[in-house]
Amino acid sequence: MSGISTPLSLTRRRRTEERAVRAVLFFFALVSVLTTLGIIYVLLQETALFFREVSFAQFFLDTRWTPLFLSKRFGIWPLVNGTVLVAANAMLVALPLGLLAAIYMSECASERVRRVLKPFLEILAGIPTVVYGYFALTFITPILRSIFPQTQIFNAASAAIAMGFMILPTVASLSEDALYAVPRSVREAAYALGATRWEVATQIVVPAALSGIAAAFILAVSRAIGETMIVAIAAGQQPKLTLNPLESIETMTAYIVQVSLGDTPHQSLAYKTIFAVGMMLFLMTLGMNVASYLLTRRFREVYE
Amino acid sequence: MEPTALDIRNLRVYYGDFLAIKDVNLSIPRHQITAIIGPSGVGKSTLLRALNRMNELVPGCRTEGEILFDGMNIYDPRVDPVEVRRRIGMVFQKPNPFPKSIYENIAWGLRINGFRGNRAQMDEVVEQALRAAALWDEVKDKLHQSGLSLSGGQQQRLCLARVIALQPEVILLDEPASALDPIATLKIEELMRELKKDYTIVIVTHNMQQAARVSDYTAMMMLTGEGERSGTVIEFDRTKIIFTNPRDKRTEDYVTGRFG
Repeated sequence: MSGISTPLSLTRRRRTEERAVRAVLFFFALVSVLTTLGIIYVLLQETALFFREVSFAQFFLDTRWTPLFLSKRFGIWPLVNGTVLVAANAMLVALPLGLLAAIYMSECASERVRRVLKPFLEILAGIPTVVYGYFALTFITPILRSIFPQTQIFNAASAAIAMGFMILPTVASLSEDALYAVPRSVREAAYALGATRWEVATQIVVPAALSGIAAAFILAVSRAIGETMIVAIAAGQQPKLTLNPLESIETMTAYIVQVSLGDTPHQSLAYKTIFAVGMMLFLMTLGMNVASYLLTRRFREVYE
Repeated sequence: MEPTALDIRNLRVYYGDFLAIKDVNLSIPRHQITAIIGPSGVGKSTLLRALNRMNELVPGCRTEGEILFDGMNIYDPRVDPVEVRRRIGMVFQKPNPFPKSIYENIAWGLRINGFRGNRAQMDEVVEQALRAAALWDEVKDKLHQSGLSLSGGQQQRLCLARVIALQPEVILLDEPASALDPIATLKIEELMRELKKDYTIVIVTHNMQQAARVSDYTAMMMLTGEGERSGTVIEFDRTKIIFTNPRDKRTEDYVTGRFG
């Protein structure tokens, strides 16, 4: 019965091997968790230092943000306003275009067109954001100024349009995946009832893929909120409360860049502001991700 | 023989260069149940899907020949496939309700086909369709739950109700019970007998007992010859004759289980 003893010892060796592989993989998974925890720890610590000098009331109830001036004011809302204004306008560009592109690719395009188009769209995602920033400043802004002469050189709209194109592939590609995943049989059922292509796409396939589309949308908003280079280059450095996208504004990310690039001394109050702003940014994107998670669960449809 | 609902003449269907079914000639009798039987891969579903132009949703698919329906060739370039599909409804192999409520599963088909009526009229049509599909008693208290929350058999009857609501003339069933348990299968079969009073029914089935149980007429499909890949209808007759006294030796071998 020597035939049995060999596989047995093999099994033992394989088990040790497996345990080792599992330990290594666990370590790498742990690294990413620890990194995240480390970042949150530093953010929290520096933010706590900031709030030792500035009260919550000054941070949340004021409407001016001037920590680098002599008369220091620490109202966060102008920066939040700038971020939301740019992100919202970027979504106005990216969502309809991205969704229509996704519907075209998944419902109308032949397999050959799809195979050519999708990589092109994904190339858009590979363009460095600094390129989009100068594209906004040197191409979109002059066009905006020729249409709306009151447009400021640095303005939210220009950055928002460039950002819209930047996140377009994210929206289109993820939405397309969601649409494509809707079973063929559901489409066929709709066609068999005498539905047109447009009715099938908009009334059956899109609702069926809603959880995926919502997730794509929120991921895109997250990216828009966190995007830095475009707004630092094209949107200006004037934190203000405004809904007019043709004005110069400042986003949270652009402010962080401004302080980091300047000669702000380490441990000064101005230096600590960037952690408070970073914390705010982190809470916003975290909120988006939680919303995305809840939405996905709520709209999930189960197919066998 | 009964009056004809669908008259199939010299039908050929290609997928690219591949000739899937060849020279089918068949008259589907009105208000009867016609079963299409035969081994796997002979083009039973392709033939069925040719009857309401569903094949053209498959890229590269081409159809030749004529199918006369109500005096008109449904493949005539002037005919709108959307209209054909409304009048010749279809239920598929796997239940495929829309990811909408039970009510909306039925109301949607009506609405896209130009249903003009108030809420009360829509309610009534939905109820009638669900009753005709023998589903009303099981779902009347949860019309606004998702259609996907139903059991497989209930889902399949919902799909049937969705088709019935449009009052088509012909209902095509592509192995409607293959994903169902025996009790749900029996319900669907009972339903078919009930529905043939008002509708012409064509069913593709793998299950020979089922064909013998429910159908009035049977079309037997086979590959056109040894080593061939195209299928065709080799015999069409009353079901009783196909199963007891077929003319073709291959039909006899198949229905008695001696085939393959």
